[in-house]
Amino acid sequence: MTDPDATPTGVTPTELSPAESTGPEQGDRTTIDVVGVRTGMFGAEGSGDTSGYNNLVSPIVMPGPSDRPYGSWFDEAADVLAEVLEDAGSSWDAAIEKVVVYRGELTLHVRREHLVEVCQALRDDQDLRFELSLGVSGVHYPGELGRELHAVYHLVSVTHSHRLRLDVAAPDADPHVPSTVSVYPTNDWHERETWDFFGIVFDGHPSLARIEMPDDWPGHPQRKDYPLGGIPVEYKGATVPPPDERRLYH
Amino acid sequence: MGLEEKASSGFLLTTIEGFAGYVRKASVWPVTFGLACCAIEMMATGGPRYDISRFGMEVFRASPRQADLMIVAGRVSQKMAPVVRQVYDQMPEPKWVLSMGVCASSGGMFNNYAIVQGVDHIVPVDIYLPGCPPRPEMLLNAILALHDQIQKSPLGVDRRQAAKAAEAAALEATPTSRMTGLLQ
Amino acid sequence: MATSSGATSKPTATQSIVDDADVPTFDAVGGDWSDIAEEAARLGEERIVVNMGPQHPSTHGVLRLMLEIDGETVTEARAGIGYLHTGIEKNMEYRNWTQGVTFCTRMDYLAPLFQETAYCLAVEKLLGITDQIPERATVIRVMMMELNRIASHLIALGTGGNELGATTIMVNGFQAREHILKIFEMVTGLRMNHAYVRPGGVAQDIPPGTLEAVREADGQIRKALRGLEDLMLANPIFKGRLVGVGHLNLSACMALGMTGPVLRSAGLPYDVRKANPYCGYETYDFEVPTSTDADAYSRVMLRFEECYQSLRIVEQCVERLHAMGQGPVMVADKKIAWPAQLAIGSDGMGNSLDHIREIMGSSMEALIHHFKLVTEGFRVPPGQVFVSVEAPRGELGVHLVSDGGNKPYRAHFRDPSFNNLQAVSMMCEGGMLADVVVSVASLDPVLGGVDR
Repeated sequence: MTDPDATPTGVTPTELSPAESTGPEQGDRTTIDVVGVRTGMFGAEGSGDTSGYNNLVSPIVMPGPSDRPYGSWFDEAADVLAEVLEDAGSSWDAAIEKVVVYRGELTLHVRREHLVEVCQALRDDQDLRFELSLGVSGVHYPGELGRELHAVYHLVSVTHSHRLRLDVAAPDADPHVPSTVSVYPTNDWHERETWDFFGIVFDGHPSLARIEMPDDWPGHPQRKDYPLGGIPVEYKGATVPPPDERRLYH
Repeated sequence: MGLEEKASSGFLLTTIEGFAGYVRKASVWPVTFGLACCAIEMMATGGPRYDISRFGMEVFRASPRQADLMIVAGRVSQKMAPVVRQVYDQMPEPKWVLSMGVCASSGGMFNNYAIVQGVDHIVPVDIYLPGCPPRPEMLLNAILALHDQIQKSPLGVDRRQAAKAAEAAALEATPTSRMTGLLQ
Repeated sequence: MATSSGATSKPTATQSIVDDADVPTFDAVGGDWSDIAEEAARLGEERIVVNMGPQHPSTHGVLRLMLEIDGETVTEARAGIGYLHTGIEKNMEYRNWTQGVTFCTRMDYLAPLFQETAYCLAVEKLLGITDQIPERATVIRVMMMELNRIASHLIALGTGGNELGATTIMVNGFQAREHILKIFEMVTGLRMNHAYVRPGGVAQDIPPGTLEAVREADGQIRKALRGLEDLMLANPIFKGRLVGVGHLNLSACMALGMTGPVLRSAGLPYDVRKANPYCGYETYDFEVPTSTDADAYSRVMLRFEECYQSLRIVEQCVERLHAMGQGPVMVADKKIAWPAQLAIGSDGMGNSLDHIREIMGSSMEALIHHFKLVTEGFRVPPGQVFVSVEAPRGELGVHLVSDGGNKPYRAHFRDPSFNNLQAVSMMCEGGMLADVVVSVASLDPVLGGVDR
């Protein structure tokens, strides 16, 4: 399991080539995970940009799904999980969308309907035993239509010294994800925080209320369509716009 | 020149403003209003190395009713802003505010939705202290500057006149963004 | 007027007052009996909600505790946070990868180097250069982190003592911490919020004289720790207030996802430095102190023990740095390494004249790298990564998502205090009001990290 490291420049050919991927080939076509498109380099609009970089178009490609063998303990864990899911009446293919192994970390992309049973299986089975949940993190990909809001769970097995990530996606139109508080009570405040900042509604949470922002705050601040909210700063002789309105490198 | 020449030795003459200022500056009690990182530097100033106790200020009163100085030490978030105002309102006159650190003075590096861009949006500030966080010596410098200000502050009619003069000067002054030509 | 026999009788002047703590006693001088009985019933059901508001000397920061009290016993305890929410995570999405260090440093302001290191380890993991970080930089990172751990524990003990009313403990703790801050100032230039650890290594090498200063501080810190131990651990009042208070057993800890000294006081020796080593921790010789008492007193003892273990690690780091000699402290790849070589000039610290001479005079590539790295920064390949370190309060995790650009797409910090503060309800309910202060102090939350 190796990753051919792309040079960190971020400027790729403008044509979307299906062979561009950071994972091993699957058959003769590699699926790529495009979460957005980057256009231009400086975010300049309106004013003249003579650098020529304004017409740059590059896709933002996340590491694609990995193929078996995943490496180290990942395969055994996947097998055990598949077995436990079968016993519980579900199945690996129904619950898990894809498996990504990147930089030595295992990520399971889980379908949101099956999240709680996957968590239960991971916590209770003796070969998996992921007792410690390190909370929920939200990510907003406005470019990934139909799957904009992601809730990312990091699980640690203290017994086996293993680490794992679960990634659940929900569309903006229906931002509901089942709550895992029944399996990991520690996710209580983390889910509240994710609701507060992203608007992901965790169904079944005992008290989903705002935790960081004031209770009557409108909007969900850490979404990408929420402005940073800064004010222009006056210096002697000049005014500097807030960080999200400046011309920055993309 | 006047009465003071003719008085026999043993009399000390001063103005009421001077005396009141002297007494007030020497007995300032801060209220515990440490919010973030600057609070730790404020606590270090209260420690033995930087000793704020030499000014009689090591007594950080928890109750604003017993305090004179509110050192807003740290970033003021939107949720905390009404609390700042309430604590300020609960302090009896005379009271002063020292905004410690860049976050309290102007929002600091956090120019965003969550931080009030300067505690002077909420309470009137007497001394602004930059730094992220300011060293304890810088805080002591600011406190000494505040002591000077307290010593020299006018009372009564003089105070009203001084306030009017300050307001007139502020209305005449050039706005910051128009102060060009300074980098000569 | 209720009597112990249960028979109600009209209030009379000769009625004896029942002297029983459980029976509510009301003095009635005339008036309608039904009014009195109604009032008695109402007062019995009345709940008193006390707000230990965000501005309070004993809540360890801007924490709001909503306590429902019955006499002196807390029946319900809830923590309200968000009074220090700074939007750091969102702000980092508009800044370079390197500038992100200055933001994340200010989250948990008592342990800034841990946040910096965790963030930089995550960036380096995404870049794939974890093996290329020079050994010297890694050892410096470990030394600074362990010194920061001691400083943080000294504040935890100091403010804990202050909240109990023992100001001497706070004054001694802060004085001891000054020895460490002197070293931080020598190495990084700042006492707090250093922005010293950068992706690729550290900002600059330790100046000459640092190792001697660390050795000297080691002795001073040990002396101060012994003094604090003498002051605290055998004191009967201290023990009376801390022993058996804030009890949180192992199953409660695991359910609530606690990490750090709280979990170790319940018996589980889980330490990220041993379980999932980073920065070469597997090569250092140290122990993870554990206790089984699971109360506030054992957590204080554990923090003392951890200070001594950290001093052990610092001594090993000093020996290694001494043996290693001079060397690079930034990764060799010039397209990532922070370009500035800092030196003290006539107007303070800035780029050294040698460096300026090099980039302006001899090397065009160096000039280009300097320019591009300072204006644009480097670009990190897309992906997501999670790195955790053992901060003084527990496991600090960084979830970093990159979209291939020069800024983080999403940086989420799993702060240990945020997680640990959920235990306030469990620790305080059923106990006394005064024990709430002790319990919160033994959790040692830093509200900057909780609210971010």
